[in-house]
Amino acid sequence: MLEFEKPIAELEAKLADMRHLAEANKVDVSEAVASLEEKIERLKKETFENLTRWQRVQLARHPDRPYTLDYIYAMTDDFIELHGDRTVADDKAMVGGFATMEGQSFMFIGQQKGRNTKERQLRNFGMANPEGYRKALRLMKIAEKFNKPIVTLIDTPGAFPGLEAEERGQGEAIAHNLREMFMLKVPVICIIIGEGASGGALGIAIGDRVLMLENSWYSVISPENCSNILWRTWNYKEQAAEALKLTANDMFSNGLVDGIIKEPLGGAHTALSEVAETLKETIFKNLKELNAQSAEERISDRMDKFGAMGVVAE
Amino acid sequence: MPWFTRKEKGIRTPTEAKKELPDGLWYKSPAGKIIHMRELKKNAYVCPDDDYHVRIGSKEYFEILFDNNEFEELDEEISSANPLEFVDSKPYPERIKASQKKTKLKDAVRSAHGKINGLDLVIACMDFSFIGGSMGSVVGEKISRAISYSLEKKIPFLMISKSGGARMMEAGYSLMQMAKTSAKLALLAEAKVPYISLLTDPTTGGVTASFAMLGDFNIAEPGALIGFAGPRVIRETIGKDLPKGFQSAEFVLDHGFLDFIVDRRNLKRKLTSLIKMLKEK
Repeated sequence: MLEFEKPIAELEAKLADMRHLAEANKVDVSEAVASLEEKIERLKKETFENLTRWQRVQLARHPDRPYTLDYIYAMTDDFIELHGDRTVADDKAMVGGFATMEGQSFMFIGQQKGRNTKERQLRNFGMANPEGYRKALRLMKIAEKFNKPIVTLIDTPGAFPGLEAEERGQGEAIAHNLREMFMLKVPVICIIIGEGASGGALGIAIGDRVLMLENSWYSVISPENCSNILWRTWNYKEQAAEALKLTANDMFSNGLVDGIIKEPLGGAHTALSEVAETLKETIFKNLKELNAQSAEERISDRMDKFGAMGVVAE
Repeated sequence: MPWFTRKEKGIRTPTEAKKELPDGLWYKSPAGKIIHMRELKKNAYVCPDDDYHVRIGSKEYFEILFDNNEFEELDEEISSANPLEFVDSKPYPERIKASQKKTKLKDAVRSAHGKINGLDLVIACMDFSFIGGSMGSVVGEKISRAISYSLEKKIPFLMISKSGGARMMEAGYSLMQMAKTSAKLALLAEAKVPYISLLTDPTTGGVTASFAMLGDFNIAEPGALIGFAGPRVIRETIGKDLPKGFQSAEFVLDHGFLDFIVDRRNLKRKLTSLIKMLKEK
């Protein structure tokens, strides 16, 4: 539990106690319950409407936060996971496959984090190797071949900075994805669901729509690493988070993403099915708009959009 | 018992007093070879005794490659804005100003159109001396425009990379320059205009993970450090020392990500041959 979640949790525990006692002793406490409920709602609102940037980063990394496969299973009726890059290995940090929602087929791709120690190791903390990026691109090409829209779910602390990753061309793998994703003829919708760190995130985030969940973050570097490089210590992560302007609000107001997807008060981890439903609606709404365009129009808009990003003085 | 003991071990030169490039008459390579600056310049800034490739900038590359050092510089006037009002130990605009004063450059890349042995070529060349050759909006924009210029005029494009990666002070904007330049390269590839990417010491981070690795030909200078993650980060991740030669140009070639390594003294000749082969039937 995060520090700023504690006061709310305490009140919620108190409320549960009160109800329990009332039940056991058959006394009417409805007035007290109502006032406590109101107090909780107020505190929640106050807390979650005034989150600092660093607190959002903490929410994005919340141990209970839903991961890629949680959303896929919650949103889709049927999901067939597909494995491997056909060259080196199957990267468990990058998952993907065909799924159906409301009778429409999609290709889903995303980084996958683990929930416990064993899983975290298996998923390499959501840090993909080059074969992960190559697997992602292979699946995108399959989707293109069979004319199915692509949805990518981004949640990574970065591409894996390991020895073998370098040997197998981490930089080349990501670069290749960036270029190829611009040319995909099918609609591509990218959603940052948790952490969107640097090239490791961008490597599957070139799309007609790039959206962020309200409590996700997306930037060129994590606040910790930024602090380490600019201040030469890990201690300035709060300042770094402020300076990087990495929240959904920041990225949207700077024109670097296309939209924000609201989360319930308390964050996505308090209501998975509600968030999954919102995601599903958002995907269909955007797909409808994108289907109204030709492939050429989509590609050209996609390029123009990213081409306009950046601020220079002339 | 010695007459006196040294209190501190080793020579302690403060960092600001250390120099990367000499401003004097003589140059000393990391292996200790000494050469006169005039000789070094004549030798394409390669130490003749140990073939060490001295780090040079756009001014020197243009001089080495363009015939008679004649070229038309593109988008000369673009410089950095401060979209995020980024402040760390000092505000970003002050950092830019200090760098501009020190290097006499506008930002970390220059682009130009000229001829090499009579063949048209557009070159975009990064300058490491400008905030570590880091890529912000200016770098992304100038490279994108240089690619558009190549595309429009159907002239081969040479990118000379030399960069530590993204420019943190432009955060999200910096990240999107990777996307932006890759989009332009997709168009260049579709139009079948040749793109040669020369990776020089050092090329890491977001630059490696975008335009630097997307050449029809990825080539490098001997001994250049080339990688995605920096060596220090990898060492910390795996908790082991890195093997000798890890992330050197030779290592990257051995793993299949470079077409060839070229000595800077042969660069112009080799580029000419390659471009000619593509041009002729």
